[in-house]
Amino acid sequence: MYGWIWRRLPGGPAARLLTALVLVALAGVVLWYLVFPMLEPHVPVDRVTVGT
Amino acid sequence: MRVLLRTCGELSVTCGLVMLLFCGYLLWGTGGYTEWYQQQVKRHLHDAAGSGRSGGLRRVHLGDAVALLRIPRLGRDYEYAVLEGVTPQDLRRGPGHYPGTALPGRRGNFVVSGHRTTYGAPFNRIDELRRGDALVVDTEDARYTYRVTGTEIVSPAEVDVIAPVPGRPDRPPDRAMITLTTCHPEYSARQRLIVHGVLAGTTRR
Repeated sequence: MYGWIWRRLPGGPAARLLTALVLVALAGVVLWYLVFPMLEPHVPVDRVTVGT
Repeated sequence: MRVLLRTCGELSVTCGLVMLLFCGYLLWGTGGYTEWYQQQVKRHLHDAAGSGRSGGLRRVHLGDAVALLRIPRLGRDYEYAVLEGVTPQDLRRGPGHYPGTALPGRRGNFVVSGHRTTYGAPFNRIDELRRGDALVVDTEDARYTYRVTGTEIVSPAEVDVIAPVPGRPDRPPDRAMITLTTCHPEYSARQRLIVHGVLAGTTRR
């Protein structure tokens, strides 16, 4: 999968590496600021009240 | 076949990394909003600090907050604004006062819930509290000093701990109590850690 993506990236190795890093960072940002905040309320790691 | 296996492997490793990142988010990412909100409330406090003294105590302007909670045992800087409400949304802002339970200094049980590991983890170390430790609650009218009377670990269904007289839901309250609740053990929703205290002193502003 990653090999397939790597081969589709344009430019030489340096440009590919840069694009790959940007893509990874983008995925991280989307996860951290969009996906995780939506997921967090459904993960019971820190329930602090009684009777609910 | 080999391509399929490799793709499976890559996806598994990716899932693992995403889960690690999620753990990081729970521990450090969730605290950002809490810190920002608490700072907003405290900025109000500092603005009000210059507006005069009365009764030897600094004035406090709490804004939306119910009270300001300080626990000297947990450090000189330990200071959280307690907000009204204990829904997950409310608790993102900081420790929350259980609606319907007593207000600070009033007869009954002033119940405050706070996160143990996420959202700034305000109640992370309340397991270190010992009998006699001070819980200082500032409101705009007065400073109430509660003393810890004991800690207990209960199941999440144990609502008696937040009764006006903790553990005795059928009794009318005859004094002012405080109860802190958080999760136990850390990173779990299995039990609750409860700290009880009783009002020991009141200083009017």
